[in-house]
Amino acid sequence: MSFFSQLLQYVFTGVAVGAIYGMVALGFNIIYNATGIINLAQGEFVMLGGMVMISLTTGLKVPMILGFFISVGIVTLIGAVIERGAIHPLKNPSVMTLIIITVAASILLKGGAMFIWGKQTYTLPAFSSSTKPISFGEASLNPQTIWILGIMAASMIVLAIFFNFTMTGKAMRACAANKLAASLVGVNVKLMVLLSFALSAAIGAVAGIIITPVALMDYDRGTMLAIKGFATAVLGGLGSNIGAVIAGFIIGLMESLGAGFISSSYKDAIALLVLLFVLFIRPGGIMGTTGEEKFKK
Amino acid sequence: MLKIRNLRSFYGNLQALKGISLHIEAGEIVALIGANGAGKSTLLNSISGVISSKRGQILLDGKDITYFPPQRIVKEGISLVPEGRQLFSPLSVMDNLLLGAYQRFSIKKKTQIERDLERVFQIFPILKERRKQVAGTLSGGEQQMLAIARGLMSKPKILLLDEPSMGLAPKIVQDIFRIILRLRDEGTTIFLVEQNAQKALEIADRGYVIETGRIVFEGKSEELLGNREIVRAYLGRGYRKVWE
Repeated sequence: MSFFSQLLQYVFTGVAVGAIYGMVALGFNIIYNATGIINLAQGEFVMLGGMVMISLTTGLKVPMILGFFISVGIVTLIGAVIERGAIHPLKNPSVMTLIIITVAASILLKGGAMFIWGKQTYTLPAFSSSTKPISFGEASLNPQTIWILGIMAASMIVLAIFFNFTMTGKAMRACAANKLAASLVGVNVKLMVLLSFALSAAIGAVAGIIITPVALMDYDRGTMLAIKGFATAVLGGLGSNIGAVIAGFIIGLMESLGAGFISSSYKDAIALLVLLFVLFIRPGGIMGTTGEEKFKK
Repeated sequence: MLKIRNLRSFYGNLQALKGISLHIEAGEIVALIGANGAGKSTLLNSISGVISSKRGQILLDGKDITYFPPQRIVKEGISLVPEGRQLFSPLSVMDNLLLGAYQRFSIKKKTQIERDLERVFQIFPILKERRKQVAGTLSGGEQQMLAIARGLMSKPKILLLDEPSMGLAPKIVQDIFRIILRLRDEGTTIFLVEQNAQKALEIADRGYVIETGRIVFEGKSEELLGNREIVRAYLGRGYRKVWE
């Protein structure tokens, strides 16, 4: 294989993985903007999306498209239940308490998934009927990658419309910008927190479903995805959705190029190295402010 | 219209308001003046539901609204323009205004909200020019106007204004106070909290003076402006006379 086609091959892989990291990071952002906390159960939403979809389509023989929406619905509901059950009842909790609650939720979901699905690794059939890779010279593009990019783009567009053109979306942004003012104009801030959990669970589930055909899924997959998604969110600038997408592709590409040209044993370390460097050099991330907002608080 | 009886508010163990009673009648401008930390903002935050640990009674047209959450208070017709403006800075001027009407937003009321927007733009023509601009990029005076305009979008019976003149140039303060008078003349009752006591009492019908969580004086604006002790303590004028 020539160097160029090798490079192209790694780029294809990197873009697909990067899209997923970007979506996980989006999930982090939505909750971070609404509440100021990092939801460490974000990776579990991704895992659950994949797992529920597997059970529905291969176990219960639900058609793909229907299964997709039901799985997203179920995981959204789980996200909402976590907020109502564990976050909502607390009166004036500290950010640290909330983050620890999300750790507990993550462990609970992971344990639950292990009970239900066991420790095996599952897969899903690819979305297109033709699984033949599209070849570019010696490199080949898996059709699922196109699905991943397409569905990611579609989710981004839906999110952008929601946040910019609907009153509820604007209210969520208002909450992120200024909670006090939001409650003074009549926005129910606690309801927006619920909505943010539901929304980021949904986005996580979508990511989990579209990645399963290429990356497989097991009960333990969420943690690593959450770590990499978190690194992505930080690189993009916590809270910035455009940043998340750009950073997703950067980390995805670095990971796949690093694994290809250096050694695949460093694959998982790359995202963490990036995280460390961002924190050392530019803690605000690519699109983030340089901590100015934090000082204001 | 608004009646407050023996209101006590707490920050944890600290009692910030020690039994406030006051009343505001429809069509009035009532000023609340006092030094830093006297409890002015605490009172406004207690009325608008931001501070929930409180005892006493707040009645709006006879209805007990003491323990309502902020979003209910807005619905009942009390709108607070908070200290320091508190805009949604990353959002556009237009979005800020629309969010002001959030609690009554529905497709059916769209034309009504558009009418209210027109009215607000009439009072603040500069906001119409800037409606697509991001709120955080406005000048201080424009931001204060936007904060007031956003407060008006909920169609309040009473508008609570917390230090609207803070940090603004004298000329702009003049504009803001002229607008406050105009709003009263168009039928909005106003409760004005100010450190700029002179200016506030000049436009107000009545005033209250608050000191360490208690109302220490109340009366018609002219009375307060004529009261030696108030003049000495809050207006700075005539300071020397007392020294003699």
